Amino acid sequence: MELRGKSALITGGSRGLGAALGDVLAKRGARVVLVARDRGPLERVVAKIRAEGGEAHALAFDVGDRESAHRIAGGASALVGDVDVLVQNASTLGPLPMPFLLDTACEDFSATLETNVTGPLRIDKIVGGSMALRKRGVIVHVSSDAAVSGYPRWGSYGVSKAALDQLARVLGAELTDHGVRVFSVDPGEMDTQMHADAMPEADRATLARPERVAEKIVAMIERADSIAPGARLVAPEWTPS
Amino acid sequence: MDAVVSAQTLRAFAPAPHARPVAETRLLVVRVASREVHEAPRSTLAELFDERDVLVVNDAATLPASIFGETERGEPFELRLLALPDASRAADAVVLGAGDYRTPTERRAPPPALREGDWLIVSDLEATVVASRGARRVRIRFERQVDDVIASLYRAGRSVQYAHVRAPLALWDVQNVYASEPWAAEMPSAGRPIDFATLDALRKRGVTVARVTHGAGLSSIGDAALDASLPWVERYRVPIETERALRGARRVVAVGTSVVRALESSAMKFGEVRAEESTTNLRIDARHTLRAVRGLLTGMHDATTSHRDLLGAFAPEALLEEASAWAASRGFLGHEFGDSCLIIPS
Repeated sequence: MELRGKSALITGGSRGLGAALGDVLAKRGARVVLVARDRGPLERVVAKIRAEGGEAHALAFDVGDRESAHRIAGGASALVGDVDVLVQNASTLGPLPMPFLLDTACEDFSATLETNVTGPLRIDKIVGGSMALRKRGVIVHVSSDAAVSGYPRWGSYGVSKAALDQLARVLGAELTDHGVRVFSVDPGEMDTQMHADAMPEADRATLARPERVAEKIVAMIERADSIAPGARLVAPEWTPS
Repeated sequence: MDAVVSAQTLRAFAPAPHARPVAETRLLVVRVASREVHEAPRSTLAELFDERDVLVVNDAATLPASIFGETERGEPFELRLLALPDASRAADAVVLGAGDYRTPTERRAPPPALREGDWLIVSDLEATVVASRGARRVRIRFERQVDDVIASLYRAGRSVQYAHVRAPLALWDVQNVYASEPWAAEMPSAGRPIDFATLDALRKRGVTVARVTHGAGLSSIGDAALDASLPWVERYRVPIETERALRGARRVVAVGTSVVRALESSAMKFGEVRAEESTTNLRIDARHTLRAVRGLLTGMHDATTSHRDLLGAFAPEALLEEASAWAASRGFLGHEFGDSCLIIPS
């Protein structure tokens, strides 16, 4: 997909990978709407993109809240028109430090699924139907290697990301004949606040810069037509074909 | 005498009392050439079309149009936005008096008099009246930058509520599956029976589904003179893909009266439907000769409404009367969450 003049909606846009994706998409000429709960950091990301000549807008809503989905999708369409690219990047780790599954309150488990699975599905439902009518669009679910590995203490988060991958697989199959590409991306380990929250002892020097990973994911979006419907891509291993 | 009373009663469709699941929608089919009236399962809607047909939907999403505020003097009011604020942060709106949807609009208190220059509080936003057109129509400009205004209106606003629907409606209840830009003050409800399974079945049959975006206005304001003047000037956009899809189509079927207004307006201007962004105040009734549209999927409309008048362009009055009586006697429901009616040439 040629990104110049297209509209992109990115959740979890106030920091880390989401902020970097906003920056890279805006540099490619996309009109960007960033969503996050905290307004202050979100507005700083938007201000930085604008200062560099890009178009960006801020919508401070919580993707885990049922009523927010239409506020996010409707607000984005009001600001930048039909959404062409949707990146579902927002997620929560759940309670910190991350507990073993046997110590996890099931209410916390459910809350993690609400934010990381049901919330994205709600936005997919709204934006995906419009893309299907227009016969174009790209939806990206940001996943994690915790979706496919049994890391101790990553239970709630890992289950939610496995479910998010499966949403992309089925949605990809359902929408491919309508001209909409859906895939999920495991960005790999990045030097972000979320990584520090989960693994404070990690050596930051060994972690990828979110800006580099964002470049790669944007390259995937540009080549979305060549990506199999619902594919799960691993960013560190992916090279443009 | 009894017969007259019951015939009149039958032609009023009881409103659906809640946001019914789409699967409960019934479908009345009216075939004009054969004068045939029958019911078909909604889930088989796609089977009524083939690859020579084009369905045109209105992909406008429904606004959080209803929002409460007060004047500098502390007088409460409800605003019903006709559109979200534009880049200049200004929007046209209708003003209603105190109270909410539990009171039918015609029984609501009159709104406070708003004059040019008046300062208002609308939810957590400040706004100024920049134009006043009669007692109920205003153009207001919000303070703050447009991102904040949009977010705030979405946070505090709700979709227009209906006295005949018991539970409050969320934006979830009033969007079509394919809706995109929030241009519609009220739901373009003719599209409700079209779920994704219908879109998928239409695609498999080779039926083209095209779109216009039409800023459908308010269905009623509760002021007899203003209600009689509806629909007002509404904006619409026809994308280039739709212009192309309509060329060579055997039957163009509009989903909703707003689509009829948009396509016919464009065709009257150019001789055929062309890609454009424009406004229309076209009122369609039995005297209108259709230029672009041949069929219509719509709701069940009571006599004496402007929507019902529009059907006259698609079928003779006697057939419409017969179809209405047939459907009403079988319990078809009307209004936003009611049943559907497809009028096709054959």
